[in-house]
Amino acid sequence: MVITSVLARGQTVARSGLSTAVEKPLETVLAVVGLLIAGDFVVALLVTGGLGFAEVGQLAKNGLMRGLVIGLAGVGLSMTYSILNFANFSHGDYITFGAFAGWGVTYLVAGFGEADWTNLLLVGAGGGVYGAQLGISITGTPLAVVVGLVLAGATTAGLALLVDRGIYKSMRDAGGIPLLITSVGVAFALRYVIALSYNQSVRGTTSTDIPTYQLPAIDGTIGVNAHDLVVLASAVALMLGVHFLLQRTKLGKAMRAMADNEDLALVTGIPTERVVTWTWVVGGALTGVSGFLLVLWRETINFRIGWVLLLLVFSAVILGGIGSIYGAIFGGVIIGLTLELSQIWIPTDFARASAFALMIVILLVRPKGLFAGRSTA
Amino acid sequence: MSSGEPAEADPLDRLRDSDVTLIVGGLAALYLAYVLVGIVAGLSPRGIFATITQLTLLITIYAMLTLALNLHWGYTGLFNIGIVGFMAVGGYTFLMVTMPVAEPAARSAGGLGLPFVVGLVGAVVAAALLGFVVGLPSLRLRADYLAITTIAMSEIVRYFYQSNAFQEVELGGILLGTGGGSGLVGGYTTPFDTYVYDAGWFEGVVEFVDTTFQISGTLGPNIETLFDALVLVVVVVGFYWLLKRTGESPFGRVLKAIREDEDVAGALGKDTGRFKMKSFMLGCALMGLAGALYVFFQLGNTVNPTVFRPRLTFFVWVALILGGAGSNTGSVLGAALFVGVLFRGPLYLKNAIENLVEFPDAPDTVAGGLSGFLSLDPVPFIAFLFDNMGSLRIILLGVVLIVLMKRRPQGLLGHRTETAAAVPLVPVETATPSSVAGSDGAEATDGGRVDTGQVDNEGVDGGGEGS
Repeated sequence: MVITSVLARGQTVARSGLSTAVEKPLETVLAVVGLLIAGDFVVALLVTGGLGFAEVGQLAKNGLMRGLVIGLAGVGLSMTYSILNFANFSHGDYITFGAFAGWGVTYLVAGFGEADWTNLLLVGAGGGVYGAQLGISITGTPLAVVVGLVLAGATTAGLALLVDRGIYKSMRDAGGIPLLITSVGVAFALRYVIALSYNQSVRGTTSTDIPTYQLPAIDGTIGVNAHDLVVLASAVALMLGVHFLLQRTKLGKAMRAMADNEDLALVTGIPTERVVTWTWVVGGALTGVSGFLLVLWRETINFRIGWVLLLLVFSAVILGGIGSIYGAIFGGVIIGLTLELSQIWIPTDFARASAFALMIVILLVRPKGLFAGRSTA
Repeated sequence: MSSGEPAEADPLDRLRDSDVTLIVGGLAALYLAYVLVGIVAGLSPRGIFATITQLTLLITIYAMLTLALNLHWGYTGLFNIGIVGFMAVGGYTFLMVTMPVAEPAARSAGGLGLPFVVGLVGAVVAAALLGFVVGLPSLRLRADYLAITTIAMSEIVRYFYQSNAFQEVELGGILLGTGGGSGLVGGYTTPFDTYVYDAGWFEGVVEFVDTTFQISGTLGPNIETLFDALVLVVVVVGFYWLLKRTGESPFGRVLKAIREDEDVAGALGKDTGRFKMKSFMLGCALMGLAGALYVFFQLGNTVNPTVFRPRLTFFVWVALILGGAGSNTGSVLGAALFVGVLFRGPLYLKNAIENLVEFPDAPDTVAGGLSGFLSLDPVPFIAFLFDNMGSLRIILLGVVLIVLMKRRPQGLLGHRTETAAAVPLVPVETATPSSVAGSDGAEATDGGRVDTGQVDNEGVDGGGEGS
């Protein structure tokens, strides 16, 4: 930097002047916009009554559910991003894979004997088998849902490991960008293998009759169904599990060390390859479970659900800070809430656009994320 | 760098020849393969002709996009995966500028009713402006952050055009709009209709061709496509020339320096931010132009937001990596290979094979296909895969990308070395009798490396190609 400033003082001064001139007003403007939105929200809710508590509560509940699923998928992405140093664009298709693999098992358990077993395992790809007809729900067929959930995680962990062994392992030193491009290839191949196996149609997966509870809000009620509770419980349990893994186990300590400084970790005697393996297993399992929960919650499945979710997962991870587990979860919830609550001000068409815009803003203003500096903790 | 020096003229011509030979040879091989497959499968000559004109049209579009991306990634090292966003802005702007002004009573939005060329200029300017807006804050980010920013931007652009909020907007008394989810339909008389398709001379050509080849029905639409494709070939040549000149200019050398090491370029007094921005905007402008031409020629002057899904971006990336980032010739060849072999090839092959052999009815699901293996009968599975060629080709594309990144990340032509010198080094540095007197110079141009390993006399003139 000294040499730079000596050789090109003029440019450096001009540039730093420009960058402060660009950065500071940007942050100021953002702060003002944030305050205006918050002010408008409070006024509409409390003063003018333009917004109802129940309405906002319902949106917030949906946002929280969506956010938990995104956050859970984000934990896996964040772990591989920080430990292996590349943005995995095939992560979305791991979500899809987990969803299909898990739901195939759920169909099989719930509908065993009612239809051809291959068709059940293919989530009704051959036609004629629907979730509503099998009556799948956590109260109706609890075993099917739980077994499906577990196997979604197990198979996706296996897939992640398999892809790593076959493709990424020999490219460890290739650098982030070649790995990113390779992962795009993996994403295409995986997505269309899924499309080939499970076909491209959109289908309903769950029973139409799911127990729903009405939570009282000040001016109405907020509907919460049993599957919302399953998402909440699973997500919280898994996040606590990851917290325990990272904070209390030797493996977790090794993972954090590697995320922090890989060379140093290697020198200290940490078996980095074994840590990488476990990273894929844990990350893959969480991703698969999140895919299963996503389908349980939104009640339909198709071969693009993960790919469509991928950018939102990236948003969550970047918002929270790459490598931070809590950051990913927190970021997921923020993104989920943004998706839903933004509908108060802007057309639904722009819900995703607003989430992406939020991510871009974070990248510009605070590229290390809100939980900066707390790698994998 | 002019061709004024006689000593330089010869190898320079050779190099140009070799680039042209590569591209023309590659295309010729591709076309030959298509024609041969068509003849063997007994496809109608008209069908083969139609396929090849369509193929050429698509190749030219992809070649433009790949060349523009090569400026970003191959020259400057900017990881842009928001290509469709710039294409969408170009395509939509073009239509919104050229569509006739809506009648006051009309329910759907019209355009500004300006001439065709103004529409193209509008597309270029709009895409460049979007590039400026996106690049201003984000070009200083890390490569992977820039990637995520650009792809998010391209999705925001798509949602913008998809939204019903801007379906119709009254602007200064003129009803403009994006058409929302259903998009826009040009449906007006273009200069191409007036001066080409409906003109007497063109009908004469069609009549001449029809009477010469005596194929049932007219070849008119196919000849129109051929004409479009030829127009686009001229545009691609323009792109190629522009980008080659850019790459060889002092400006281009700075871009390559930034690609290799931005800190060093900065330390040498170059305002790297400014250079990156110019390169980014130029590339975006070209992507916008390609988008407009795509809308006009490939989509028949209509547009809808589903065209601009992110996968199109990744297709262009596959083409660039196939051809070799950093090489303009490689970009064009990569585009041809991508479209001809990976994108259209499988479907054409399927068409051809279906014409030859009768396949048994394909099973509905992969399970039906696999169950054939229980009785050691692979036919159901093959039939199943064949029936799903559309998915299969994307799987193939993904696998090709993976294998390329593992085995040959530099692509087909990305291996060329280049020097950073602005003046010809060869006569000065290698004034040995062999290379001066060796007037045929073929060895020297092809492989002659001076022992420093720095100077490659091919690279002096052909500095445009780098790995």
